[in-house]
Amino acid sequence: MTSGLVMERMRHAFGATEVLKDVSLVAEAGKLTCLLGPSGCGKTTLLRLAAGLEKTQQGRVYLQGRLVADGEHGTSLPPEKRGVGLMFQDYALFPHLSVFDNIAFGIDNLTAQRRQWIETSLERMGLDKHRNSYPHVLSGGQQQRVALLRALAPEPQVLLLDEPFSGLDVTRRAQVREDTLNFLKECGVAVLMVTHDPDEAMFMADHIVVMKDGHVVQAGTPVQTYFHPADAFVAELFGPMNHFHGVVENGQLETPFGPFPIPAIPDGSKAQVLVRMEGIRVAMGTQGDIPKDCCSTTGHVEDAYLLGRSSHLHIRVPGKGAEEGQQVLLHVLVSGVLKPEPGAAVTVWADPKQAFVFPAD
Amino acid sequence: MTRTAPPAPAQSQASGAKFAFKTPGFDVWAFGTLAVALTVVLPIAWVIGLAFSPTGDIWSHLVDTILGRLVQNTVLLMLGVGVGTFVIGTGTAWIVTMCRFPGKRIFEWALLIPMAVPAYVIAYVYTDLLEYSGPVQGLIRDVFGFQGRNDYWFPEIRSLGGAISMMTLVLYPYVYLLARAAFLEQSVCVLEASRTLGKGPWKSFFKVALPLARPSIAVGVSLVMMETLNDFGTVDFFAVPTFTAGIFDVWLNMNSPSGAAQLASLLLMFVIVLIGLERYGRRGQKFHHTSSHVRALPGFQLSPPLAALAFLACVIPVTLGFLVPAWVLGNYAVVFYQDTLAADFWTITTNSLLLSGLAAFIAIVFGVFLAYSLRLGQAPWIRGVTRLAAMGYAVPGAVLAIGIMMYLGWVDNSLDAWARDALGVSTGLIFSGTVIAITFGYVVRFLSLSFGSAEAGLAKITANMDGAARTLGSGPMATLRRVHLPIMRGSIMTAALLVFVDCMKELPMTVILRPFDFETLATFVHQYASDELLPEASLAALSIVAAGIIPVILLSLTIAHARTAKEEHPEPILFEVEEAAP
Repeated sequence: MTSGLVMERMRHAFGATEVLKDVSLVAEAGKLTCLLGPSGCGKTTLLRLAAGLEKTQQGRVYLQGRLVADGEHGTSLPPEKRGVGLMFQDYALFPHLSVFDNIAFGIDNLTAQRRQWIETSLERMGLDKHRNSYPHVLSGGQQQRVALLRALAPEPQVLLLDEPFSGLDVTRRAQVREDTLNFLKECGVAVLMVTHDPDEAMFMADHIVVMKDGHVVQAGTPVQTYFHPADAFVAELFGPMNHFHGVVENGQLETPFGPFPIPAIPDGSKAQVLVRMEGIRVAMGTQGDIPKDCCSTTGHVEDAYLLGRSSHLHIRVPGKGAEEGQQVLLHVLVSGVLKPEPGAAVTVWADPKQAFVFPAD
Repeated sequence: MTRTAPPAPAQSQASGAKFAFKTPGFDVWAFGTLAVALTVVLPIAWVIGLAFSPTGDIWSHLVDTILGRLVQNTVLLMLGVGVGTFVIGTGTAWIVTMCRFPGKRIFEWALLIPMAVPAYVIAYVYTDLLEYSGPVQGLIRDVFGFQGRNDYWFPEIRSLGGAISMMTLVLYPYVYLLARAAFLEQSVCVLEASRTLGKGPWKSFFKVALPLARPSIAVGVSLVMMETLNDFGTVDFFAVPTFTAGIFDVWLNMNSPSGAAQLASLLLMFVIVLIGLERYGRRGQKFHHTSSHVRALPGFQLSPPLAALAFLACVIPVTLGFLVPAWVLGNYAVVFYQDTLAADFWTITTNSLLLSGLAAFIAIVFGVFLAYSLRLGQAPWIRGVTRLAAMGYAVPGAVLAIGIMMYLGWVDNSLDAWARDALGVSTGLIFSGTVIAITFGYVVRFLSLSFGSAEAGLAKITANMDGAARTLGSGPMATLRRVHLPIMRGSIMTAALLVFVDCMKELPMTVILRPFDFETLATFVHQYASDELLPEASLAALSIVAAGIIPVILLSLTIAHARTAKEEHPEPILFEVEEAAP
């Protein structure tokens, strides 16, 4: 049996609302697994089931190879017996305890060694000055770190994080994320983290489990998730896409960039091609240095917006296939500063790695 | 305390599992909740059960003789006190909330003080003042040269009207408090809109403010009426035969427990109507709270003559409800304190303090247990059961006392019979007429107060707090001890204090359930006042009033706090009113 956390065929309903429909997942020891999905997809419920805060209705939960909840027999080990660390979205720090006492709360036997661990960790997290402060005087970032240390202090085998960075403002988030990731890697626990932020998942996860409406849509590495999304939903998690619909003919689908090869979908079926905004390349003028396996087309710039590190272009190109005779508006994201005049002629082509083909209904 | 056994070896069919475990069917919290609720409900159920037992001729006798008068008096008393407290409570609340006049700030809290005086104490004081031989009539005779009773008209204080006046004077703060909270809640914009639409301040009050505050006022008036039904001291002293007085009469003088139980059951009907009224009001309140509101007070500046009227309207209830009784008792106490001390005052005070302290402690333990069990939410029926257990506040003390007396009597007799059969010894009465019986009564009646406080305190702690403690290895009991209790220590202390004071003031149950020859401050004052010896008991009466001031101070602080903290929700205020009174 795998060490870490294993959840098998979990189903869960609140009243008549089914929030989990046959979900299985594995969070391995020493790895960080992300549950990624929009709000309401059941990811927090799954976390609470893993912790034992919800009673398992159907399915099984194993911790370190040990069965801790079994829906079939109606058994569920209470949370205090599971040895699972859980960090809440609102941190849930105990207001009546100092920072040190909050962290020491879960340690049964506060040995000199554990005491030393707390002191060292506080110092490392830059919290040593606040050792005896109460939570309400701490900033959001400081509270977040106290909550993390509190969850780790009893040395859990599995750590569950519920949207751990959502309470922080954007400027601080990246740094806190990196610090947290480094700290977790050193601890070597199995981490299951819930987030709705794909950037966060990409940055932190060894393994991403994408959920939608109580189902697991895809489970894989960040690279797999980004470059080989299982469906349009997963692909679009990472930002809006350019959609091209049509019917497959001769194993191909016509797009403004030319025909896209579609080997897996039979002729006559509807299909869609999705191209990431950053997957569309732009060259000024009608002649560009186009890679040889890429189709290209020409168009003109309608609008250009500077976003700072990147530029967002609206480019109008002649439609092909289903949109024959119409103009198609492409959304393009290019890195760096590029602000062509409206009406400027450009050549555009799609990076095949950033373009995905799915059946359409 | 855990509800799950340690991991046991796996059953073979548990595929791939190294361990399995069982959750035992026994649940400490669910079982405890049921046990507490049963304990609390049994006396009330006993009364109803007894009412249906065969009684011989008592019932028809009751119907023929006193029942009509009891019903009439009780209804008139409730109506009178209801209307009186509505007018004074709502009127003063409106004046101090909406108008600016000298003394407004002081009246905001001073109008609450009469709550500190139990109805029976104020009744003794005014009887002393207003009876034929009292100073007021004496003065009138001196001034006008009247010779005797037949030369002039003077209202008889020991009458239904007198009882209504006395209770109104000390109960109106309930309505005042709730009405004031409701007026504060109302958006001033609504009132200003009404003014701009051509309605004057008076019309705005009747057309807008009053209808909006109606649910709160309904709650206040229904609480007042519950207290009216509960009163024994005043009606007994004034010899006004109401239900409560009738119950005592039938039981003690006609020696018919089942007849008393039947009267008590009838009285419970009144109570059920009042509970319905209160629930209805509370539902309405919730509705109003959801609407957005602006908390700013217009401070309508009154012209000098109007300001004088407003001042009078506020100063009269405070004077009659508190200043006069406190002054009279204080004067007597200065002169006669040695008589009180000679009557074993310290023993009696110690009795009161210990008994109230014990009851407050148990009520808090039970209340916290029920509220936490409700929070754990192990079983869906727990909600209903806890609500049932918290119904005691609505049941008049006399009814509870009968139920407890009968129930404990049955327990004692059963135990005695069993002991004689099995052991050959007679145990006699173990519970009846002991401190246990009276403590039991206090706990049943005031459990709702501690339960409500604990529930409100727990509601302020997010559920994630529980989750954090549980995942950090604390079981439900350890979580309660390490997280919830320290966080809500303040509100629990407040609740304990309120229960304590209510027990100090409690009269009807204490009279019936106390051990032989055991006096509390309340029974002592009642006994002495009934024997026309009020001056000799004044120090004890003053002590009860002093204890009663404590919740008033707490409430005043809540009000002051609500004024400074904008986001303060009125719920805690509403709640504390519920019980902090005579």
